[in-house]
Amino acid sequence: MSKRKVKETHMTVGECISQVQTILRQRFCHQRLPEKPMGIESQHKHLLELLRRTAVHGESNSVLIVGPRGSGKTMLLKCVLRDLLEVKDVNKNVLQVHLNGLLQTDDRIALKEITRQLNLENVVGDKVFGSFAENLAFLLEALKKGDRSSSRPVLFILDEFDLFAHHKNQTLLYNLLDVSQSAQAPVAVIGLTCRLDVLELLEKRVKSRFSHRQIHLLSSLSFRQYLDNVILQLSLPPDFADAKFFEEWNDSIKRLCKDKSVVDVLEKHYNSSKDFRSLHLLLMLVLSQVSVCKPSIKPTDLLEASRVCVADSKANILHGLSVLELCLIIAMKHLSDIYEGEPFNFQMVHNEFKKFLQRKSQSIYNFDKPVVMKAFEHLQQLELIKSVDGSTGKIHKEYQLMKLMLDHNQIMEALQKYPQCPTDVKQWALSAFG
Amino acid sequence: MQHSVQSRCKIMVRYFTRLRVRRVYKWDGTPSSFDRKLKTYFFDSLNISVEGQPGMTTVTPGQYVLIEGDNEDNPFVAKLLKFFGDESNQQKKALVQWFVRVCEVPHNKKKLLGRSPHPQEVFYYLGHTCDNEIDAESILNTVQVQYVPVDAPFPEPGIKDTLYVKLSWDTKTFKDLDPALMQDTPVPASTPPRLKPASPCSPPAAALVSLGSVGRKMPTPDPMVMRRAGSVSRTRGPVSASKAGNNEAESVHSAAKLSASKTLSTKRRGSSGVTPGVRKKLQLSIGDSPEKIMSRKDGLCELLDEEVDSEKALVTKLNSSPRSLHHGYSLSPVRSDHRPPNSLGGYPLKPTSIMLDRLSPTALGEQDFSRDMLLGMAPLILEDEVFEAGLPTGTAKTPKKRQATPRRKYFHEKATTPSRRKDSAMTAREPSLGVLAEEDSESSPMQLVVTSSRSKRKSAQLVASRIRKQLNLMGDAQELHSDDGDDDCFTPSKKDLHHSSEEDLEDEEVSKSEETAGKTTRGRLRRASTTPARTPRKPPSKKATPSTPRTPRTPRHATPSIPSRTLPARKPGNVLEEARARLHVSSVPESLPCREQEFQDIYNFVESKVMDGTGGCMYISGVPGTGKTATVHEVIRCLQHASDMDEIPTFRFVEINGMKMTDPHQAYVQILQKLTDQKATADHAAALLEKMFSNPAPKKETTVLLVDELDLLWTRKQNVMYNLFDWPTRRHARLVVLTIANTMDLPERIMINRVASRLGLTRMSFQPYSFKQLQQIITSRLNKVKAFEEDALQLVSRKVAALSGDARRCLDICRRATEICEHSAPQPSSTGLVGMSHVMEALDEMFSSSYITAIRCASVQEQLFLRAVLAEFRRLGLEEATFQQVFVQHRALCRVEGLQPLSVSEGLAVCQRLGACRLLLLEASRLDVLQRVRLNVSQDDVLYALKADRA
Repeated sequence: MSKRKVKETHMTVGECISQVQTILRQRFCHQRLPEKPMGIESQHKHLLELLRRTAVHGESNSVLIVGPRGSGKTMLLKCVLRDLLEVKDVNKNVLQVHLNGLLQTDDRIALKEITRQLNLENVVGDKVFGSFAENLAFLLEALKKGDRSSSRPVLFILDEFDLFAHHKNQTLLYNLLDVSQSAQAPVAVIGLTCRLDVLELLEKRVKSRFSHRQIHLLSSLSFRQYLDNVILQLSLPPDFADAKFFEEWNDSIKRLCKDKSVVDVLEKHYNSSKDFRSLHLLLMLVLSQVSVCKPSIKPTDLLEASRVCVADSKANILHGLSVLELCLIIAMKHLSDIYEGEPFNFQMVHNEFKKFLQRKSQSIYNFDKPVVMKAFEHLQQLELIKSVDGSTGKIHKEYQLMKLMLDHNQIMEALQKYPQCPTDVKQWALSAFG
Repeated sequence: MQHSVQSRCKIMVRYFTRLRVRRVYKWDGTPSSFDRKLKTYFFDSLNISVEGQPGMTTVTPGQYVLIEGDNEDNPFVAKLLKFFGDESNQQKKALVQWFVRVCEVPHNKKKLLGRSPHPQEVFYYLGHTCDNEIDAESILNTVQVQYVPVDAPFPEPGIKDTLYVKLSWDTKTFKDLDPALMQDTPVPASTPPRLKPASPCSPPAAALVSLGSVGRKMPTPDPMVMRRAGSVSRTRGPVSASKAGNNEAESVHSAAKLSASKTLSTKRRGSSGVTPGVRKKLQLSIGDSPEKIMSRKDGLCELLDEEVDSEKALVTKLNSSPRSLHHGYSLSPVRSDHRPPNSLGGYPLKPTSIMLDRLSPTALGEQDFSRDMLLGMAPLILEDEVFEAGLPTGTAKTPKKRQATPRRKYFHEKATTPSRRKDSAMTAREPSLGVLAEEDSESSPMQLVVTSSRSKRKSAQLVASRIRKQLNLMGDAQELHSDDGDDDCFTPSKKDLHHSSEEDLEDEEVSKSEETAGKTTRGRLRRASTTPARTPRKPPSKKATPSTPRTPRTPRHATPSIPSRTLPARKPGNVLEEARARLHVSSVPESLPCREQEFQDIYNFVESKVMDGTGGCMYISGVPGTGKTATVHEVIRCLQHASDMDEIPTFRFVEINGMKMTDPHQAYVQILQKLTDQKATADHAAALLEKMFSNPAPKKETTVLLVDELDLLWTRKQNVMYNLFDWPTRRHARLVVLTIANTMDLPERIMINRVASRLGLTRMSFQPYSFKQLQQIITSRLNKVKAFEEDALQLVSRKVAALSGDARRCLDICRRATEICEHSAPQPSSTGLVGMSHVMEALDEMFSSSYITAIRCASVQEQLFLRAVLAEFRRLGLEEATFQQVFVQHRALCRVEGLQPLSVSEGLAVCQRLGACRLLLLEASRLDVLQRVRLNVSQDDVLYALKADRA
């Protein structure tokens, strides 16, 4: 009996793990909206109230949501829209237009997109959508036709708002904001941006038409809250199918977050950035380690994931270089030490390298100049070195001025970790002058 | 010939042909009279020939003509009253009675009509703002205008090239048109000598006198004269008014009153029962009453068999009636031959015969044609005879109409016979008819089409139908002068024609869609329709019936509209909501406080220009949110009201906004579209506008053009601005340009000399509002809604006035304050009003810089990086450092703080995050560790924020 039961639970472990993977991955990757946005309740209320008034009373508004990347601007907006559409009066009453400054890179494209999303193009019928000017006039006329009480409110959501400010004359912004400040069709212009100085980008007449409502999303999360949030993010929802597994999992998570090393890692992440997006990245790496044979998260997983996350990309590249290339890098390091960061050219590097070889008479690194040149070019391709004045083809390759894109610490670290690094090379690197 | 060309390649080419053709205008014959005082000669007719094409059109007073206007597709319509020229014969002038097309009626007035207008409808113009003396050389062609009684429907298959008049339009209201007005006009025009003795200071003369000096001190002619020369006396109103427009010495108001009283008297006259013309005609028709009555009845019945029966009866009666059939016997056989079996056109026959009875002796006496021809011809001649004889107008017109059918007949068979005596409309058409008719000379076109049993070549049918159309046209034109009964019996006859069946269908569609259009314009969006309303603004007839005189353009796409909401917008519930609604920038205030002086200045400027009929420019500057555009709109609203009240002449208002166009040259396109509803490319629009504003066009109203955001119309050559400021200086432009921009010295800064000079020195600058003014604005907006504490209001206005003086800002802050008040927990002490604390909070939200908060909320490493930047700046003594340099500092700081140093990648990520917020300014990230870093906030701010953080 008991054996059978054990077997049953064992059966469900596989299923449970896949369930866990599904639930958590949805959280980390698909930006599943939380039930209630954490820590930004007042902003949520403000925005919801504002949009509700647009939807219900037909009051035009404009608002900017400002916050650093990953601070939850889009999440806030989506939550608000979700809650807004749950209101009965609003449900069928609003139109939404979503624009993104990275997609709609100029007003022409933006206008077409607006027309498409408002389903206005079917009014035009078979007419090929005309010039930009016609398009603008068309849209403005459409908006002008409406009035506060009768036409359906339109929510214009401008993601990457600051990029719209770079459009020529800021025509789109002017017109949208002008509509929001005049007795035309009710609109709400919602801009999302991470730039704190976004208002300075607006032309003065555009700025005057903006209502100056800004919702700042600046998280003042303490580490304690951060930790709680990690637990929350990793915990399973109470409606999980298997109660036993649910308890086990949640307990293991709680235990995990009490572990000293884990707390240290998380604190380091917290110190680096408070946003959830980087946390999700970390947790995603952790989650991918979870499998049937390892049905819980161990502290080592987290440490490993953190190591991957914070690993220096340049140092990683250095690990893959040949010894010759590494020697060249060291020669460059010495050159930039000698000349205080002044640029160098291939000839200088080669000379430095030859000096090293001469000291070690019986060197195995006695390469021909073309071979060294090839290695130098490879470094350039890897962008570990960069030519100073663009790529001027006129100057002979050997004399092109270059700059090293690496920090000294990076080089030293890489040397430490470089597999089977020859000791004389190491010594050369450590010596003060070539 | 020209006409036939036009009708053949009617559509596309039309516009070009008109551009290309050069017309030559010549007086026909010698002056009929001479006014010694004014040294003007009066002429009876004018020959218009088109260069490169044989044949010419003769226009005589009493005809309806098309007059070149600013809209190429819809030339002006008017009735000629008189031709005259000066001594040297240099100038050819004409006196006209205007008709207004639907499209010329201002948009906002169209709804006064209470129904959708017929596409071919025109309105008898009773306004007084138009000069009714025109340059005769602007006459394009003749046109048919037909009077439709008020309660009668429009002839369903609207005949092309015929316009219908039903109502009169005096720039304010539509009124029923007295049929007499349409009937009695030609008499004074064609027989000035006869009229003169009747009224010593005869209206035509007076009208002309007004050109000179005497103008408006005309004695009111006695009613009898007025009645007989109705139209002419009517023109006096307009003349004097327009004169007032030209002559600055004369007060517009007095002129307006004068003309108003004239209009009134005209109206009274119109409504005071039967005009002589009508009476005469009635008497005439009573002469053979039974038939007449019967015909009317039948006409109304529209039952085919009955019609045929009664018609037969009629014919026999006509034949047998000794009185009426003086010549009528010859008429009937022809008619019974060629009349379509169910045509009601037969009914008018009888009156025709009456006319023959009365008038034909002269006509017949002069003519020597075959019998058939005689029959056809007689009425034609009659017309001329009537004119020449100067018969009382009412009767003169009646026969004209009656002849419709016989003339058709005649024309068809004898189209090639030249006849100089036909009226000019015929002359115009005749050549083409001749050509066309040759193909199909033996059969009547009506028969041909109606009785399809006859085998005919397709082309012949086509040609025939074309002829028939034209014939119909002429017939219909005559019909104009008929009274109700005739009309009723004539109209259906057209229905039977095949050619019209197509148009008929289309017309039905048109009228339907027009109905819907009318509805939608009235109650658009109010209906909870889910489909976006398709509301063609232009009557679709333009594409439905390509044969209308207008050139079909690419169909203007349906006006777009945002779908209407399913649920009505909720009304504000409480005081705060009410206040918020009132404080919204979009809500239109009852008045514009604090801009009284500016309002008055602009008002005076525009009003004087409108009254004088001159042009001018004004430049208005001011920082955003100081009420520039609102004030101008208010001025225009007031002026429009004044013009509605008849205090000033009507004017058109066009608004463009530099920000609402994609390219400065689009300004032309938009102006043209708003003025004439035409669409054109920028270059073409510029050319058209240039022409419009430089040519002396008749019937020109002053145009007030508002150019908002002028600085955006700047181009390298400044052509657009140059033109905008140059047009008002043209003599005939009558253009007032109001320009708005933000900077006071825009003309000096960006305009080249010739543009700045044309803009002139009429400038006005709107000062930013002072705190008192802002307070007043809010108070007046709130309008007794008690939602704010006084102190709170004062705080807002003082704060905004100190910062920008932008009224929009002020209103927005107040609005936000009401929200904060609403959502803040109701404190026991608070009064429910918006208090200081709420306003403070709102001000904080809107004006406080977020940098410091952002720094405080940044992560530890980010803060550390900022400190590293400061340290590196201090070390370098520069405000700029590379990432590499800063990162060295950063590592050191990390060690000091006891944190694990970051790797370069992480450090870069921190740096990028700060850059994305614009706390730091960074170079392009591809420079990696070499990118330079600058602070976007002052060092003090950073220090302050970080220190406070530490504490």
